[in-house]
Amino acid sequence: MKTIEAEVLVIGGGATGAGVLRDVCMRGYGGLLVERSDLATGTSGRFHGLLHSGGRYAVKDPSSAKECMDENRVLRRIAADCIEDTSGYFVTTEKDDPSYSDLFVDGCRRAGIPVEEISVSAALNAEPRLSPRISRVLQVPDAAIDAWKTVWGCVRSASDHGGRALPYHKVTGILREGDIVVGAVVEDRAGDEVRIRAGFTINASGAWAAQIAALAGCGGFTILPGRGIMIAMGHRLVDTVINRCQMPTDGDILVPIRTVSVIGTTDEEASDPDDLRILQDEVDRMLADGETLVPGFRQVRALRVWAGVRPLFKDEKAESSSTREVSRSHRLLDHHDRDGVEGFITITGGKFTTFRRMAQDSVDIMGAQLKDERACHTHEEALPDSEERTYYKLGSRLAAREERLHDEQIICECELIGRRALENAMQRRGSSDLDDIRRTLRLGMGPCQGGFCIYRSAGILHSLQRIDAASATASLRDFLQERWKGLHPILYGDGLRQARLDDWIFQGLLNVEQLQS
Amino acid sequence: MTIDIRASLDHCVKCTICETHCPVSAATPLFPGPKYVGPQAERFRSEEASVDDSLDYCSGCGICSQVCPQGVKIAEINSRARARMKAQRGVPLRDRVIARPSVSARLATPVAPLANAALANPVLRCLVEAVMGVHRKAPLPRFTSRPFQTRQRQRSAADSFRAKSAKVVYFHGCGVNFFEPRLGEMAVAVLERNGFEVIVPPQDCCGLPLQSNGLFSEARTYVRRLASNLAPYARAGLPIVSTSTSCSLMLKREAHEILGEDSEELAVVSEQMFDICELLADLLGRGELDRRFGEVSLTVPYHAPCQQRGHGIGSPALDLLELIPGLEVVEQEAQCCGIAGTYGLKKEKYDIAMAVGRPLFESISELGASIAACDSETCRWQIAHATGVPVVHPIELLHRAYVGEQ
Ligand SMILES: Cc1cc2nc3c(=O)[nH]c(=O)nc-3n(C[C@H](O)[C@H](O)[C@H](O)COP(=O)(O)OP(=O)(O)OC[C@H]3O[C@@H](n4cnc5c(N)ncnc54)[C@H](O)[C@@H]3O)c2cc1C
Repeated sequence: MKTIEAEVLVIGGGATGAGVLRDVCMRGYGGLLVERSDLATGTSGRFHGLLHSGGRYAVKDPSSAKECMDENRVLRRIAADCIEDTSGYFVTTEKDDPSYSDLFVDGCRRAGIPVEEISVSAALNAEPRLSPRISRVLQVPDAAIDAWKTVWGCVRSASDHGGRALPYHKVTGILREGDIVVGAVVEDRAGDEVRIRAGFTINASGAWAAQIAALAGCGGFTILPGRGIMIAMGHRLVDTVINRCQMPTDGDILVPIRTVSVIGTTDEEASDPDDLRILQDEVDRMLADGETLVPGFRQVRALRVWAGVRPLFKDEKAESSSTREVSRSHRLLDHHDRDGVEGFITITGGKFTTFRRMAQDSVDIMGAQLKDERACHTHEEALPDSEERTYYKLGSRLAAREERLHDEQIICECELIGRRALENAMQRRGSSDLDDIRRTLRLGMGPCQGGFCIYRSAGILHSLQRIDAASATASLRDFLQERWKGLHPILYGDGLRQARLDDWIFQGLLNVEQLQS
Repeated sequence: MTIDIRASLDHCVKCTICETHCPVSAATPLFPGPKYVGPQAERFRSEEASVDDSLDYCSGCGICSQVCPQGVKIAEINSRARARMKAQRGVPLRDRVIARPSVSARLATPVAPLANAALANPVLRCLVEAVMGVHRKAPLPRFTSRPFQTRQRQRSAADSFRAKSAKVVYFHGCGVNFFEPRLGEMAVAVLERNGFEVIVPPQDCCGLPLQSNGLFSEARTYVRRLASNLAPYARAGLPIVSTSTSCSLMLKREAHEILGEDSEELAVVSEQMFDICELLADLLGRGELDRRFGEVSLTVPYHAPCQQRGHGIGSPALDLLELIPGLEVVEQEAQCCGIAGTYGLKKEKYDIAMAVGRPLFESISELGASIAACDSETCRWQIAHATGVPVVHPIELLHRAYVGEQ
């Protein structure tokens, strides 16, 4: 069995894990991250895309609200290229209790969230698709944040500081010597086992954290996966994040992110974090909720529906003072205090917005355990591509495309990806998995859902990496299979028509089902 | 309404039919095509500064919207995006001038011979190109010293047709008023021959050239004024007919769809607006058209302009012209003459417009006809400029046939 050495092993390649990797590396440790799939394919790649101002929690959970606002400020500073500065409205619709908005304003003031009332007519002027039946609009510094850019940005930053991430390395066992965790056994993509020996192990596996902790023999807590669905609609219906001004509930946020608008979300108790099923009833509820915010919502093309799982933490040792409630929203388990196991901590819960803070808290605890306390600098240094501190803009791909209009072939027409960008991404990722490329570039994520770009991309992949035709076919088929999962629950209207055309292309013209792979 | 235009981008299945029909992207790589500029690029647009200059190469002919099997309002999306870009960047003086035909015409009319001589002078035209950016060869119409409105006012009562059974309002547009007053007179004669009393209310520009040059708020001012001039007649149930197919389309549909005008005045005018051939073909259908035509022994190529097709009324001109004994009408297959209102006048677009129209020009020239027919004024000027063949409105042929019979 191959063995790799690392000072610190991080388990989980979501925002939290990537943030932890970056933090440990910036503090001068040699960090190694393992992720069972591609980076940001867990909850982080399946979230709603909102960089919270904290407004959502202003009444219900003031400490989370404050934490979100603090981190919102930090991320705007260090990760500007991952963020679109959309701003956010909290609107009182005809279905909301009008008295909530006063509580909301108070809550925001107490949590330090800048809040400003704007007139309904000004809001409708700025967002003409918004329901004219709203009665009050409060503006807060919400924003949209790109999960993949952020996670990749953290990993790139970590590698600038000597760190490394291994996607497609699944932890199958935790190595223990007596009461000390000394690393993990992982399985790579080919199914080969690799042993990783580490001085310290940080479990940042989100909704899977109890499973990983159990491998280390640390129990006493469970994570109840709370599944939520989101639907991406074909274009930007609004350019501002729209929240219902009410106690947080289902289907009350519409996030404009990149070229789409995402409505979400639900909260269904699941028994398994890998259970990502989508119920028809949830889809119906989301569309109805969309209609409340934007009349005509059901006529808009639904592009894709997906689910993510939030880790709902249940501590059987709740009475023991050993669970450090660093924050109400995230949980940091020091297994030395809890279970007498050294060299191992678990960080779970929280929000995407607070991932950096969660990482900082984790590495502080590690330092305390190691009696080697080093200062955190993750809030000071910008992520790669964010050094200029300019926010991402919706039009940037169109502007870039305009420059190369006459000398570069366009491959993905919906997301405006040119051949060069595609080839670069394929080389950089070194992956023959088109779904990996999708996450890197948003390939095939637009209205045609890969109908026109994926066969082109499969051909380019084939010519570039010299993988044989059969593997290119397999990759193409896997991609289509994956897309289909998010399509079939929302097949109606324009999306259905597109799916039929795509089907004719792939089955009728290319006969992909029968191709050898 | 403007929301519906943007929302229509959702219907695009990327079939590319619009791209295969776009006459501009076929003629120049500078225009990336209607699917790209329309439903695709629109997803990347917001209220922020426009980033895609190539959009300005869309001529606005509207063929893409007509051929789209999914109902994407492609040309309308482009038109609105261009207006936003112009609002942000500012509109060149040239576009402001050519977009106001009635203003320049009022200045030129009193000195029409002089103005025409000047505009026919190649040296001066080079100067105009250098200073204004209007291409030196671009087809500019000749001003009349006696506008149509003046002629109508001076028309003696005896000239008027007597059997006034039904009334119709004639919306002649700037083209007839300032450049082609004879066409207006012929239109009135043809209508009178069919038993109409023709009312010619005072009227100004419909705002279409302003709209197509991205000057939306100015366009709104014009179209509102015109709609309120015409609304009383429309409310009284009178049909309003036009010999200008693009201006009538503006009132029928575009001011509402593209400018988002939704006044009651415009709505009632839209309801009553007819292309003149549409109205006459309707009479024909009801057996009420005066069919006593004299012979016109000619072979005439007929081009249905893009704007005419935008009406969605079939080809009433063909239905009418085929009634004329001796007349052989050859329907042109080529899509567009390239001019698209004021597009082909512009220095940087003249060559593109000429390239767009080439298939049409060649087809007309090959026929060796002495005259051609087309419903739209700027298209007539462009085709005549490119082929040397005089081009008339179909009404002029009907008029000839009526006169020949008398
Ligand atoms: C529906 C929904 C919407 C949300 N919307 C927002 C929002 O708009 N804004 C916001 O701030 N927050 C939002 N959140 C919360 C936020 O998404 C999560 O808190 C955050 O993404 C968690 O990140 P993480 O890295 O802790 O977990 P994850 O991203 O889930 O990362 C854990 C990783 O561990 C990996 N893993 C699991 N098992 C193993 C193993 N055996 N070996 C190796 N790796 C393993 C998983 O594959 C996964 O990638 C939302 C959550 C949900 C459920």
